[in-house]
Amino acid sequence: MSAEQSPKIVIVDESPIRAAILQEGLREAGFTQVVHISEMQSLLARIYAVDPEIILIDLENPSRDVLEAMFQVSRAVKRPIAMFVDQSDSASIQASVEAGVSAYIVDGLKKERIKPILDLCVSRFNAFAKLQEELERTKSQLEDRKVIERAKGILMKVKGLTEDEAYVLLRSTAMREKKKIGEIAQSIITASEMLK
Amino acid sequence: MTVPLRIGFIPLVDAAALIVAVDKGFAAAEGLDIELVREVSWSNVRDKLNIGLFDAAHLLAPVAIASSLGLGHVKVPIAAPFNLGINGNAITVSPALHAALMEEIDGDRFDPMVTAKALAKVVAKRRKAGAEPLTFGMTFPFSTHNYQLRFWMAAGGVDPDEDVRLVVLPPPYMVDSLKSGHVDAFCVGAPWNSVAVDLGIGHILHFVSDILVRAAEKVLAVRQVWAEKNPDTVAALVRAAVKAAAFIEDPENRTEAARILAQPERIGVDAEVIQRTLTGRLKISPDGTFRESGRYLLVGREEAGRPDPVQAAWLYAQMVRWGQTTLSPEGVKTAMAVFRSDLYDAALGRRPPEQPPAAFGAFAGPVFDPDNIRGHLEAFEVGRWKA
Repeated sequence: MSAEQSPKIVIVDESPIRAAILQEGLREAGFTQVVHISEMQSLLARIYAVDPEIILIDLENPSRDVLEAMFQVSRAVKRPIAMFVDQSDSASIQASVEAGVSAYIVDGLKKERIKPILDLCVSRFNAFAKLQEELERTKSQLEDRKVIERAKGILMKVKGLTEDEAYVLLRSTAMREKKKIGEIAQSIITASEMLK
Repeated sequence: MTVPLRIGFIPLVDAAALIVAVDKGFAAAEGLDIELVREVSWSNVRDKLNIGLFDAAHLLAPVAIASSLGLGHVKVPIAAPFNLGINGNAITVSPALHAALMEEIDGDRFDPMVTAKALAKVVAKRRKAGAEPLTFGMTFPFSTHNYQLRFWMAAGGVDPDEDVRLVVLPPPYMVDSLKSGHVDAFCVGAPWNSVAVDLGIGHILHFVSDILVRAAEKVLAVRQVWAEKNPDTVAALVRAAVKAAAFIEDPENRTEAARILAQPERIGVDAEVIQRTLTGRLKISPDGTFRESGRYLLVGREEAGRPDPVQAAWLYAQMVRWGQTTLSPEGVKTAMAVFRSDLYDAALGRRPPEQPPAAFGAFAGPVFDPDNIRGHLEAFEVGRWKA
């Protein structure tokens, strides 16, 4: 795809990682004219300067409302319309809302050209969400491990147990109470701090 | 059997009746199991309501009307069986603009005509000095804030499209933008005006009740089709909101209501700041000056919860005045049909009240007549509409 054919795309996203993932995906698919805006101050002026044909914004960004103002006065850029205006493809609208991405498209841009871009965004957004989830999980596992270590230490000191015995006690209590071992460990720490 | 519902809201004090209905059990008592979803933009609330991800939503009254008219977006007919708030906004200005206005002021500084004329003088002075035009922040193109700012400044002879800049800003960004000088003033709902005053970076110039005595602000919105399919659920929702509104309005419950609203997953600001809004006693200046109004925000008293179609017609007239749509008899009819006083009355099993609801009490222009919007608009000098 030549530069002339490739539509100008602006990504409005405060998350640099997600924007990079999206940008890379778009480049791979042959969309070479992609600009990322991460600064929300004077957002409209920045968008006007690029004069894009497609604007992608994540739904968690409050600045979506700022973009809506472009429907009202649009002197500098060609008049954009929201992706939702075309209701003929409700499945892809639903998919994009669930993935958390919204698209604004300059009036007149053909639907066939938009569809692959939107599909790509949805899959990249979902991939990013998954990545984030894994990261959170790893973080909380690490956190749990630290808490368990401390709780073991307390049990060893207070009850004179070995490290293995302390762990077994934690685990069996967690199973009996149908709670996570990290939660039991946390309550031991809290209790011991209160009893200090 | 309980009915599960997903309802979107923006963290603002005028979502009070909705939040209290859920958190204080009024909704559960009506057989509703409501999941409240906190949103970050009006566009999200509107879209999620439109495509059915939300069953109902806390929505700007003009957005509900614009949606029914298909303005700026998809046409999805909306029904508003409950009015979530009357008034509640304020205009806050930077200390620099406040000082400039006070220098020009000639009369009572709480009189909006006096401040609007002072603004016109400040604007003229800046133009002469070659300074950048003043920038005013508001929340959405189809918002009460947009229309209230415009109504106010135009009365003093300031053209909101030519003499100043009006920009959309998400409410949580308002205070930062005032601080950074990105805007010189803004019109927004609670708690953001109070937050700016508390930080010492803003003065509350007007309560919106100075400009309009009674102005519909947010509605509880559902899709019209959905309302037709689920009349019992709509009625239950209205009753829960009416009870919650009555609870909030009882002065004895104010502290508890403020505490419920202050929760991090609801509005997430200090309960004391929320309470100021509910009682209508606001700190208006960083030096600690307070001002009290019995009309700051009406949640349920004076029939605030009953949607008034005349209010919808007034909002429609503002859309026409500022060139967002062209005047048509069908347009007026569609707009008025959004505010469903009939559903409200049916839910409570009562007849429409004999007394018509109190009028707008606009500080400028003739009394509003929904049957003669053209005549009404002709009375105003400044406007973008074509006759």
